[in-house]
Amino acid sequence: MSRTVIQKRIFGTLRWVIIAVLIIATVFPFYHMIQLSLVPIEQVLLHPERLWIPIQNITLQTYADVLTPQDDGGQGFAQFMLNSAIVATATAAVTLVVAIPGSYAVSRLKFFGRRQISALFLAVYLFPVIIIAIPLFVGFSALGIRESLAGLVIVYIAQTIPVSIHMLRSYLQSIPESVEEAAMVDGADRARILWKITIPLAMPSIVSTGLYVFMIAWNEFLFALLFLAADRDQWTVSLGLSQLANGIEVSKTVLMAGSVLLTIPIIVLYGLAERSLTEGLTNGADKG
Amino acid sequence: MTRSAPPPTPPRAALHRGRPRRSVIARRDNRAGLVMVLPTTIIVLAIVIIPVIWNLVLAFQETDFTSIAENGLVNPLTLDNFATVLTDPGFWMSLWTTIVYSVFSTAGSIVVGLVAALAFRVPFRGRGLARSLMLLPYVAPVVAVTFVWQIMLNAQFGIVNTLGKQWLGWEHPVDFLGKAPYALITVIVFEIWRYFPFAFLFITARLTALPRDVEEAALVDGVTPWQNFRHIVFPQLLPVISLLSVLRLIMTFNKFDDVYLLTGGGAGTEISAVRVYDTLVGSFDIGGAAANAFVLSAILSVFLFIYVKFFVGRGDEE
Repeated sequence: MSRTVIQKRIFGTLRWVIIAVLIIATVFPFYHMIQLSLVPIEQVLLHPERLWIPIQNITLQTYADVLTPQDDGGQGFAQFMLNSAIVATATAAVTLVVAIPGSYAVSRLKFFGRRQISALFLAVYLFPVIIIAIPLFVGFSALGIRESLAGLVIVYIAQTIPVSIHMLRSYLQSIPESVEEAAMVDGADRARILWKITIPLAMPSIVSTGLYVFMIAWNEFLFALLFLAADRDQWTVSLGLSQLANGIEVSKTVLMAGSVLLTIPIIVLYGLAERSLTEGLTNGADKG
Repeated sequence: MTRSAPPPTPPRAALHRGRPRRSVIARRDNRAGLVMVLPTTIIVLAIVIIPVIWNLVLAFQETDFTSIAENGLVNPLTLDNFATVLTDPGFWMSLWTTIVYSVFSTAGSIVVGLVAALAFRVPFRGRGLARSLMLLPYVAPVVAVTFVWQIMLNAQFGIVNTLGKQWLGWEHPVDFLGKAPYALITVIVFEIWRYFPFAFLFITARLTALPRDVEEAALVDGVTPWQNFRHIVFPQLLPVISLLSVLRLIMTFNKFDDVYLLTGGGAGTEISAVRVYDTLVGSFDIGGAAANAFVLSAILSVFLFIYVKFFVGRGDEE
């Protein structure tokens, strides 16, 4: 009995220590990012030990610098953010248009080759991205779409379709088939049922899947680097930040402002969709 | 993500009707299913499967950008690329680095994720918010978080070295990302930091679904918290932990961004994916890069085959 009491005390205390350490470890880098984005670089070099900044030292000049177009002496992040927004929105839209019927078919319809198709989608995860990067680099160069945002969107769609189908399928399976049967008796065909009944019911999952795809596309780095590194006007915001961070010309605190701008949309979207997103991702895991 | 396809459900509407009706619906569903799944299939084929096969062809050719431009796919076949790759000590070194990096990152992120999930198990005020914060490293853009880590670990003005000197009495700043043993350790710590939320998420989902009655009965019987974890909770988490191990191991093995952005592959952190990238972009050796990448996926496939053969079969029956 006493061992139980002792262990309860130890674990009870340890638990709070762990929670505190974890919160500091996860939040501090983001806090630090914001902190460094609000001062000129001289302040950081002068006071590298600072964990907060006196209010009179705060400046928003870093943000102005990073957002201003390159022609006006800035870093042109506004353009990069626009590129990223275009790419991510287009990816999310097309992926949903393709993945919704796909996941419906896989979850509801018995068709020839269904098992093989599911296996095919899984295969996407098994190959290192770098392995498809080489032929895509060569092939897209030959087709002349390598240095374009459209080329990037095509790759992102293929990369996000499997996880989208996974998330949507889990949700569709939780919708009872009986709601569709009434319509089927009335003679509606599958496409009509999908459009009129299933899609409205699956809206929460569709929205969170779309946001997740948007986030993946916004964060992606390798293909942006491979395809677009040479053409600054087409840089996405991830690529732009990494390219400029490699050099020494741009002040680190200005780039910190760039990091904050790169991160904020993701945090906002994640905040909006957290619940359904985590549920969609872990679907199935709670069954063991 | 690795769940098997759901068992086929009989078309229920057909059950009340005669045979001909049933086959009409089945045929209609078959056609509708094929049509609906077609766009997805085409995209996956065109952007993933065909490139993988093409990669294999490239691996057997002496290719660079000019020969592709001139001859397309019909360059003569050769085994030279594989010979070069397999006899290069750098390849074996990078393979070893990849294995160390993958195994320690995977194990570390699962252990931390497990500890975190257990610590968050009992409700407390603000748990919901704290849980969402846990996921920040996982959802945030990799370029932004690697950049802030680089700055934090900077030898001149980074906060870690500054506080290390001030509070811990370090005599010299530590070059976390530029010196041989430290760099790989740092990269692994970063990987654990970034991916423990993934394990946390899955283990939490499983913990929430655990039946409470067994544990309650055990606690009434005077089982200590540790015994409770060791003999009751942990065995029930094993399936999700093994699933996570495989998923994370595959993903880390194939990972490129994190290491490339943190160290560029220097100071003993040249993992295979970075090496392939350097072969491709640095030396324009397409055939060499393809052969290197192919050997990688072959190794991964063998690993997966062993896993599926020995572990998955049991899991599915439960």
